[in-house]
Amino acid sequence: MTDYGPLTLHVPEPAVRPGGTPDFSNVKIPKAGAVPRPDVDVDPETIRDLAFSIIRVLNRAGEAVGPWAGLLSDEELVEGMRNMMTLRTFDARMLIAQRQGKTSFYMQHLGEEAISSAFRKALQPGDMNFPTYRQAGLLIAGGYSMVDMMCQVYSNSRDPLKGRQLPVMYSSKEHGFFTISGNLATQYVQAVGWAMASAIRNDTKIAAAWIGDGSTAESDFHAALVFASTYKAPVILNIVNNQWAISTFQGIARGGAGTFAARGLGFGIPSLRVDGNDYLAVYAVAKWAAERARRNLGPTLVEYVTYRVGAHSTSDDPSAYRPKTESDAWPLGDPIIRLKNHLILRGAWSEERHKQAEAEILDTVIAAQKEAESYGTLHAGAKPSAREMFDGVYAEMPPHLRRQRQQAGV
Amino acid sequence: MPRMTMIEAIRDAMDVMMARDERVVVFGEDVGYFGGVFRCTAGLQQKYGKTRCFDAPISEAGIVGTAIGMATYGLHPCIEIQFADYMYPAYDQIVSEAARLRYRSNGEFTCPMVIRMPTGGGIFGGQTHSQSPEALFTHVSGLKTVVPSNPYDAKGLLIAAIEDPDPVIFLEPKRLYNGPFDGHHDRPVTPWSKHELSEVPSGHFSLPLGKASIVREGAAVTVLAYGTMVYVAQAAAAETGIDAEIIDLRTLLPLDMETIAASVRKTGRCVVVHEATLTSGFGAELAALVQEACFFQLEAPVARVTGWDTPYPHAQEWDYFPGPARVGRALVETMEA
Repeated sequence: MTDYGPLTLHVPEPAVRPGGTPDFSNVKIPKAGAVPRPDVDVDPETIRDLAFSIIRVLNRAGEAVGPWAGLLSDEELVEGMRNMMTLRTFDARMLIAQRQGKTSFYMQHLGEEAISSAFRKALQPGDMNFPTYRQAGLLIAGGYSMVDMMCQVYSNSRDPLKGRQLPVMYSSKEHGFFTISGNLATQYVQAVGWAMASAIRNDTKIAAAWIGDGSTAESDFHAALVFASTYKAPVILNIVNNQWAISTFQGIARGGAGTFAARGLGFGIPSLRVDGNDYLAVYAVAKWAAERARRNLGPTLVEYVTYRVGAHSTSDDPSAYRPKTESDAWPLGDPIIRLKNHLILRGAWSEERHKQAEAEILDTVIAAQKEAESYGTLHAGAKPSAREMFDGVYAEMPPHLRRQRQQAGV
Repeated sequence: MPRMTMIEAIRDAMDVMMARDERVVVFGEDVGYFGGVFRCTAGLQQKYGKTRCFDAPISEAGIVGTAIGMATYGLHPCIEIQFADYMYPAYDQIVSEAARLRYRSNGEFTCPMVIRMPTGGGIFGGQTHSQSPEALFTHVSGLKTVVPSNPYDAKGLLIAAIEDPDPVIFLEPKRLYNGPFDGHHDRPVTPWSKHELSEVPSGHFSLPLGKASIVREGAAVTVLAYGTMVYVAQAAAAETGIDAEIIDLRTLLPLDMETIAASVRKTGRCVVVHEATLTSGFGAELAALVQEACFFQLEAPVARVTGWDTPYPHAQEWDYFPGPARVGRALVETMEA
């Protein structure tokens, strides 16, 4: 006889599945302005609470409140607004282009536009982002050519990556945007290495690592935190918690941990949580973390709490695993509407200006799209030469590849 | 010319490159203060400081992943995985990242780095201190794979690898660290000081990657070998009296097919030897290439003498390791075929 009952395996489940009523009552949302803003050289031990709260600036009324407010001018906020709107419009057009068969694949940012758009503005020229496939706001807000982005998505004759990469896997060294890999989390630890290199060379540049909630379960996430912590690398370790990893809810990656930010505490890394749909809060926290890195105070981990409103990709149908209206119930709202309300309250924006901006941006994106399509799309028009397939494997083409290129007849 | 062991030659190569190029950084597990479990980095931290040569956490993915980040910043990391058997946690970083950065970014980001790994058996290393995983690297587009067999080559090739603009896997046969080894485990080991290839030029010199070396000229049969098997092949040739032409490949990828094909066309016979397991091992690639390039000159099937298709055992070390008797038998059979 044993005193022990049979063991059972715990498999976390999201609160609601398709057909159910969305319920985010378990997501604790602190009031805007409620979380203090410590000095950047704070003892990490004294701000452990920040890994369990959510730094927010914009309140329900659209006012910017609390110690993290007041960093951005009207002009900067309007620019942020336009960048977010541009990204959303860009996404919408590319989604349609994929449906029209002009490319094979696309991934949109719907609902997450504030994070990469605002973060980009906290960096300086020369800093390097190590993004995932869902931070194109870094490129849009950084002034990268939309035509080039579309040419990459179309894999056409002007594709900067010569048709070698899946759509949205952009690369732009000049814009501080590291080449995107399909392999999740790999870039997280590379960002730490890049930051270590900057420190080894006594440079002043910093790195930013990006990862989603699901990918924090990859072992490279842990390696990155160990190395960042050990060598006090000048890196910002960003986690975009959009609640979903394809069909898997964030509880599968997070397990019993209070938050993703809390993971940083075990490594002695100051860890903050921020409202990812609050442009002002994202910018303020990014600025704080960048300042820490640049002052040689070491890494900061930031969890952006947001919601993936769109499908994971054009190959995904979320209605198979979550309620269709779940995004409407998301308590942190929509980043564009929230900034719009704030700007209107500041007197720096209006419904008319918003409509006008929407129309202007749509025109700009359509014009870029027309230009991009004039260089071809995946299945029509001009395309990268088949010779390109053999270039760039090595700095210099070795004999066996030269032979294969010859056999391919290109 | 100074005489060096392979360990000293490898250390000297890093010393030379660290002195010449501030971008060269060296790190790995126990590599810094202690100077490496095989002494390959002894004294480098003392000489160049903690930010040029340092200890790393026990995380192969972390070591390779951070080195990739450093390389894309503009450094030239020369990192160490303590045993090739422990490279698997870093395999994603090596295959999916280091090997492909140049290609996928159309040259925007490049990965000039060297990953040093002690490899090979013959030391009673058992399953996880004896493996020869070279085929797992040669199969990957974008990597170069190098295996030196003596102190002279080790230094020249390591300097070339550090200077190379692409990621290089540098496999160091640990059985050869202190002296050449021909597979006669029952005889005392001779130190490098008795061998002519322990004479290593001081200062900077390099050997081209992708060039094989003919270590014994012969007319009867071509033996393709690398690492420890170079000495085993030499012993086998001497003991059978077969006039074998023994080629030390030195670089597995890019491969020196010109030298290989010229030799096999001359001899009409070919035996491939390696410690790694047979099936889908690098020998399969060599046999296929020789068959394609020399079909009409071949007078016998291409033979392969390799480790068995089992994990590397402990007690059965000398039944597993392809020693001179097994290689000799293959030479005889190939001559009689």
